[in-house]
Amino acid sequence: MSSVRVLVGTRKGAFILTADGKRDRWEVSGPHFAGWEVYHVKGSPVDVDRIYASQSSGWFGQLIQRSDDGGKSWEPVGNEFTYGDVPGTHQWYDGTPHPWEFKRVWHLEPSLTDPDTVYAGVEDAALFRTTDGGKCWEELSGLREHETGSRWAPGAGGMCLHTIIVDPSDPRRLFVAISSAGAFRTDDGGATWRPINRGLRSEYIPDPYAEVGHCVHRLAMHPSRPNVLFMQKHWDVMRTDDGGDSWHEISGNLPTDFGFAIDVHAHEPDTVYVIPIKSDSEHYVPDGKLRVFRSRTGGNDWEPLGKGLPQSNCYVNVLRDAMAVDRLDECGIYFGTTGGQVYASADAGESWMPLVRDLPAVLSVEVQTLP
Amino acid sequence: MIRVVLPVPLRIVARIDGGEVELDVGGAVTLRSVLDALEARYPVLCGTVRDHVTRRRRDFVRFYACEEDLSHASPDAPLPEAVASGAEPLLIVGATAGG
Repeated sequence: MSSVRVLVGTRKGAFILTADGKRDRWEVSGPHFAGWEVYHVKGSPVDVDRIYASQSSGWFGQLIQRSDDGGKSWEPVGNEFTYGDVPGTHQWYDGTPHPWEFKRVWHLEPSLTDPDTVYAGVEDAALFRTTDGGKCWEELSGLREHETGSRWAPGAGGMCLHTIIVDPSDPRRLFVAISSAGAFRTDDGGATWRPINRGLRSEYIPDPYAEVGHCVHRLAMHPSRPNVLFMQKHWDVMRTDDGGDSWHEISGNLPTDFGFAIDVHAHEPDTVYVIPIKSDSEHYVPDGKLRVFRSRTGGNDWEPLGKGLPQSNCYVNVLRDAMAVDRLDECGIYFGTTGGQVYASADAGESWMPLVRDLPAVLSVEVQTLP
Repeated sequence: MIRVVLPVPLRIVARIDGGEVELDVGGAVTLRSVLDALEARYPVLCGTVRDHVTRRRRDFVRFYACEEDLSHASPDAPLPEAVASGAEPLLIVGATAGG
């Protein structure tokens, strides 16, 4: 019988939650890397026992941990993220030029075909890659070499490269997103990049339709349709049907189109999930109700899903990397909150249950579907 | 032997049992030579006390010895004789700030 492993990164360590395919009884292990911020934990899709974790602290910097036994044991691997020789600066909060400085790894994206190859999205925004299981990391500096690089600026959370999607039909095509520069695509394995932000409108920047400067919070793709991407922007939920060449808004009847997380059903490429957040100054769910919104039409028509979730006095946030889906026949949906709860639905969102309630603030949730 | 006391999180990362590390530092005993020896013994600590490239102390790491704050001392300045002789440890401390 299949089973699932939920990988949870929090402000003070990582946790691993496991259950069989029924997904009704859960075992919790952790905290792993206790006391450290764990921005992301993700397993290789071709070797479920190979898991990578980003461990960082304000005191002692960045570590990368690797497990070869499904998270039972871990070994630190390489943690040197030295920027390639790209001259220039990015824009600081006050508009002045600022040199690129490595701060932390936000997101780890293992290759779809090789367990030793992993992409890392870092702050200040850059993309790194290892091909030796994490020992050495090399920057794909073509991204920062883009002519707009000097105009990229940090958002409130820093200037982070937080989303990496590898096209399953063409490993040379990658999509990344940067707060607050926007979305970018490479078609040549990372050598050259281009902004893919046409159609985005952001009222909070001088030119709402600018080529870069958009605070893209998250991208999601169904592997069967690599030209269709869904985006949760700072405000607005967006969709592209041409690999990012143009976007259109699909916020529709959402109660608010601000949010962070977005994901796609494992078996229904037009079924999309978001968790609306009240506003950019009120980083909690509207009306004190924790609700996931689902569109089964690829956007615009959204239905609230709150059965089993708190429907009063709830004021948590769900961060950009904190929602994921499993690949069981009845698709499971998972998300973690800044209040330390991890919720799951074993029926595509119809009903929910808490897997754990009292973890540190959840930064990321990933799911492995095990044979 | 040079005695070094590491903060608990780094002892866990480096899997160091006990409170102190003893290092054989050839030549002049300075912050740089002690940290070089520490990182050579425990490569996993590279980048956690000082930057990989600039070799500068991380902002929220401090160096104390003999009741003195050596955090702003030159990395090439001799450490106190009591540290060089092993009578006193070099304390590497996570500052009470930083995250």
